[in-house]
Amino acid sequence: MRAGAGDIELAGLCKSYDGVTNVVDGVNLKIPDGAYCCFLGPSGCGKTTILRMIAGHEEPTAGEIVIGGENVAGMAPVERRTAMMFQSYALFPHLTVRDNIAFALRVRGQSKAERYKVADLMMERVRLTELADRLPGNLSGGQQQRVALARAAITEPRVLLLDEPLSALDEQLRVQMRQELRRMQRELGITFIHVTHTQLEAIALADIVVVMEKGKIKQTGPARDVYAYPHDRYVAEFLGGQNVLSGKVEKVGDRFVVLSQPSRSGIQVRLGAQVRVAVGDRIDLAVRRDDIELVRADADNPDDGATALPSRVTAIEYQGSFVKVMLDTVPDEDFVAYVPERTFFRDPFNVGDVLLAKWSAGRARVLA
Amino acid sequence: MTVALGEADMPMIRRRRISAVARGDRHPWTFYALATVFILYVAALYGPMICIYLLSFQDIRGGLVFPMKGHSLHWFIDLFTQVRTGDVKGSFDRSIKLAALVTVITLVVSLMAGLAFRRRFLGDTVVFYLMIGSLVAPGLVLGLGIGLLFQWIGISPSWYTSALGAQLSWTLPFGVLVMFAVMSRFNSAWEEAARDLGASRWQIIRLVVIPVLAPGLVAVALFGFTLSYDEFARTLQTAGSLNTLPLEIWSMTLNVTSPSLYALGTVTTIVSFIIIGACIGAIIVINKRRGMRATGH
Repeated sequence: MRAGAGDIELAGLCKSYDGVTNVVDGVNLKIPDGAYCCFLGPSGCGKTTILRMIAGHEEPTAGEIVIGGENVAGMAPVERRTAMMFQSYALFPHLTVRDNIAFALRVRGQSKAERYKVADLMMERVRLTELADRLPGNLSGGQQQRVALARAAITEPRVLLLDEPLSALDEQLRVQMRQELRRMQRELGITFIHVTHTQLEAIALADIVVVMEKGKIKQTGPARDVYAYPHDRYVAEFLGGQNVLSGKVEKVGDRFVVLSQPSRSGIQVRLGAQVRVAVGDRIDLAVRRDDIELVRADADNPDDGATALPSRVTAIEYQGSFVKVMLDTVPDEDFVAYVPERTFFRDPFNVGDVLLAKWSAGRARVLA
Repeated sequence: MTVALGEADMPMIRRRRISAVARGDRHPWTFYALATVFILYVAALYGPMICIYLLSFQDIRGGLVFPMKGHSLHWFIDLFTQVRTGDVKGSFDRSIKLAALVTVITLVVSLMAGLAFRRRFLGDTVVFYLMIGSLVAPGLVLGLGIGLLFQWIGISPSWYTSALGAQLSWTLPFGVLVMFAVMSRFNSAWEEAARDLGASRWQIIRLVVIPVLAPGLVAVALFGFTLSYDEFARTLQTAGSLNTLPLEIWSMTLNVTSPSLYALGTVTTIVSFIIIGACIGAIIVINKRRGMRATGH
């Protein structure tokens, strides 16, 4: 029973509740054994449904779930050797920490002495020993999370499924518990699948980030790939950190395109590499917010091959390590520059200042 | 229900009290008007009962009206010794047994209904209204009908057949309504977590559902018991030849003209209070064990 790796393969996975719309719509995905995988997407995108199907709490309408090489269709959670950590933890309110953790062993018919021995070891591991006789109602959010983790881990699963595990915590604790999750994952050496709608959480934790929209996977890859090289507008906007310029191609030149804009003259964007676009195409361009340099409009501006768009500052937010400057570069769309804090305060801008938003040619990427 | 939900109402009451203090304790005239109404209400509610209890402690010269003539336990002794006062002990026995039976059935059926009604199913609204319907049906008429029905199908009416059925028509809808309120605070993720950890359906019910719902189940049981213990209208036509306690008291009012009638009232009230006290005590113990009062959250 202990054998079997925790690699997961989803093939053509679909789920429909009403037979008309697919909440999960043909998902194909491979997750290697021992990976930390985050499903990222807005609420209602089907990420929790996928998690519940892997856990065995919902049956797929179509498609297969293969864990460690075996098709798990119709198997109970324990047979699948998955364990789930529920949103807001679902700790049993009438049982002490020790009894909560030992629950899985109790239903297997182990004696009190037997199961308490194992539970005590587990509690030591997650530093809960001194809280053993407390009831969940008397624990802090972080302590509750550790109990939930220990309760799930005691079944010796090969896959641990976490449904928005950090959403019940406040900001500071969230960062702390994030590290704890990662530490536990390394210690247990099993596959973690973590569902979240917070991009910071996903990219901080995951080996593999799966970005979802409306039941479909939009992009899969290591955190840095997804963040820095989004495939399309949706991923770029959902992960943040990118400015997306869209428009119809008015002119294609040698290493530049001119995008037409509805309410202002076309903007010329230089591209580092030759890309295949034709006049008349509607395209999206992405530029990282921290790749944008702001220079005063009246300053020397040598033509160094960079794109420079005149913009007015509409708002400024101090963020600590950087300053978020919002600009009206593109009408009706957000355009933001992240300026390093020290750089900004060397020559601070004010709302209403007219600037040039510059980025070098290689920084703009054409999105799918 | 009041007992089960009391916990939730506490913070609200406390807040209101604090705000009254903050305002400098100057009450508007409506406070005094409403307080007067409330005092009159309480006096009207408990005054008559207290009269009965007082009059039951008269001595042998005692009559059915004030003023009190001496004080003793004479009429309580009379109650259990004199045959002419009626079959008090027998009817008390029957009432307690019947109430216990009704309590168990109400508890089991309410729990099952509470679990079933968490999800929508075909005809759930119809089932619900059919169940609640017997609350609005006039008890005497319903009792008459149940008596007739049992006679027709050939089961002789007695306290444990037709009267049991009649009382259930009264306690079940109440029990189910209370159970709905209790269930509304039950998080189905607990069941799912138990399933995830390998519990069978029966283990989920036994180890999670019932223990979590325990305070609410005690409240349902209390409802079942007290509603049955003093049920009159529906039992009147269905109890057959042997009376339950309320029927016995009623027949005593027709032919007993001594304070032993009052003594019986006092005794039955004490029994009720003991049961209610035990139930509330059980809920408090359960909640305390769970540390629900603790502020560590």
